[in-house]
Amino acid sequence: MAGLGRGRGRGKGYMSFSIEAVGIGKGENLPPSILQPTPLFPPMEHKPVPLVMGEEAEYMLALKQEFRGNMKTLPFYVRQAVSKKDTSLSVDTPVDPKPSKKTRVDKEEIIHKLETLEKKEEEVTSDEEEGEKKKQEEEQQDGEEEYDEEEFEEETDYIMSYFDNGEEFGGDSDDNMDEAIY
Amino acid sequence: MTAQEVRLCGLLLQEHFGEVVERIGTHLLRGGAQNLRTIANETNTPLDLVKKSLCVLVQHGACEFGSGRRGPGSPVEYRANCERVLRVLRYPRYIYTAKTLYGDTGELIVEEVLQRGHMTMSNTVKTVADRLTHNMEEGRSMEYSEVVSAFSKLVETHFLQRCPPVAEMGTAASSTTPSNPDCYKLPHVTLIGRGKRRRSSDDSEEQRGGKKAKMEVESCGDEGIYWQVNFERFHQHFRDQAVISAVASKLDQTSSEIVRTMLRMSEVTTTQTAAYTQPLSANEIFRSLPPNYSISRPILDQYLSLLVDDPVGADLDSPPHIPTLNLQRALANLARATLESVVQERFGSRSARIFRLLLRKRHLEQKQVEDFAMIPAKEAKDMLYTLLSENLVQLQEIPKTPDHAPSRTFYLYTVNQLPTARLLLQHCYKTVANLIERRLFETKENKRLLEKSQRIEAILASLQASGAEPEQLTEVEEMITAPERQQLEALRHHINKLDSTENQVDETVFLLESYIFSTKTK
Repeated sequence: MAGLGRGRGRGKGYMSFSIEAVGIGKGENLPPSILQPTPLFPPMEHKPVPLVMGEEAEYMLALKQEFRGNMKTLPFYVRQAVSKKDTSLSVDTPVDPKPSKKTRVDKEEIIHKLETLEKKEEEVTSDEEEGEKKKQEEEQQDGEEEYDEEEFEEETDYIMSYFDNGEEFGGDSDDNMDEAIY
Repeated sequence: MTAQEVRLCGLLLQEHFGEVVERIGTHLLRGGAQNLRTIANETNTPLDLVKKSLCVLVQHGACEFGSGRRGPGSPVEYRANCERVLRVLRYPRYIYTAKTLYGDTGELIVEEVLQRGHMTMSNTVKTVADRLTHNMEEGRSMEYSEVVSAFSKLVETHFLQRCPPVAEMGTAASSTTPSNPDCYKLPHVTLIGRGKRRRSSDDSEEQRGGKKAKMEVESCGDEGIYWQVNFERFHQHFRDQAVISAVASKLDQTSSEIVRTMLRMSEVTTTQTAAYTQPLSANEIFRSLPPNYSISRPILDQYLSLLVDDPVGADLDSPPHIPTLNLQRALANLARATLESVVQERFGSRSARIFRLLLRKRHLEQKQVEDFAMIPAKEAKDMLYTLLSENLVQLQEIPKTPDHAPSRTFYLYTVNQLPTARLLLQHCYKTVANLIERRLFETKENKRLLEKSQRIEAILASLQASGAEPEQLTEVEEMITAPERQQLEALRHHINKLDSTENQVDETVFLLESYIFSTKTK
């Protein structure tokens, strides 16, 4: 059909009808194409007409709200009395109290299990904590003992390194005599 | 029924009948005629709840039952009626109209019948009398006879009608239009008595009244004769009101009175779908005019000719001296005015000018639109494309050559009134559904606050009844803090606004629906 014609009007905005006919001039700026869905609450250019507020409108409003309220009290308002716990039941059998008991019993079991697990966890964690604490205490004690040893070796008031005669100082660097020793 | 209609029906059913009925009703609306077992299985609802919901729907006329498709032996099938459910939106308008026409008694009668779907006359009379008595002052009560007279007036003017008799199982379902000739016949029932107050102080009266009530239950002979509201008659009334007010605003009060007289005279003789009223002679009109509008005969003739000559509101076809009202054209004019005002409010007055131009001139080219509307080319183009993207305006191609070459084709803008009216009607349904959803959302958000205020009101009421001191009352009142009070106030304001808006959108819905319906029956 002629409409497809690739031989006709090449150009960037090719359409099956001539654009001049609907009024877009040649080379005119078209509005940019939209790349996302339109906003949920688009801004309105024109403010809507204000509501009709009169005696009649208010009376009808009161009628409407009263009617709705009355309908809720009439027997026509069907309420679903039993909450469905087990939807896999076929429609014909009425909802038994037994399955609900069972699930309740199951729940209790599950809760019991959870509690025991929690206790175990607590024990484990408390064991771990105790272990950690003990280790920390031991470490501290070791540190203290070391400290004590150093002090109480000769019953002086000074630390033992006070009596060093500097022999150890600078003993490492005999290889490199370039460095100055201060 | 469209998706928007089904969504709105679902919301209305949910608000008035609960979620179970809503589920069943929506399922029926979407799926067409189904039998009981299918409904129960597909909606995962227990059988007794399904039965209950179907009863409720049938009671209110929203659902019909009939024999199945596979012949008289197959199970009964149920069919939901979308239009009937949408009527629920218009209930306040019906009740208010009954009040304006027949006073408080009429209002309560219509309200009771609407609430219960179908009611017997005796039940209605008793309930209404009791309600009226409750609102009256001490010592006075409402006579049954007054209520009966209001009821009979409603039936005579066809606002209430008998429910069609239930078809037996195995026969084809009866049609919904009341083809039964006894549609408007009152049953021969004598109801004597007065309304009763529900209070312990009227013990002696109640005892006597109680005995009488028992006697009346036995003697009422109208078991099985149920009455329902005749919506079509109310719609006719609304349509007449719309036409009269349009004439009044376009011409003047006197011409609207003439039109009102003509419509009233042909009220009961014209069927709802008639395009024209019955032909009336000018003499009859002259005699039937209300006495305070004493105009002389020649002036009446002048007015009639004025109504004929008016090109826009021309709903009067006058073969010599036999004026009739062309109701179909009147409705079309009203619908067109609605469309024009919608375009004006949404897109501005210049777009509205273009729209009106296209409605009058049918098909126009781009250049012609600019010239006739006197709008510069660039802006006219912009507005036309906005209207085109909203589907309010269509492009029509008219080829000059058989190969539809684009350079040799006319492209004309046009507006088709009927499809555009349908489009706007669907928008209206969507609007109302959105309004209802927003109202439900606001109520749900502030549920805690609402419950608290209700509890406090109940406490206050009980304290006042038991005679508490003012300090206790103020103490209870202070349980609601000032910001909470403000919040409650704002919430009430919003909900009232949303409700009121629904009522007003429904007026547009009515106009568009009547117009579309009038074009169908040709």
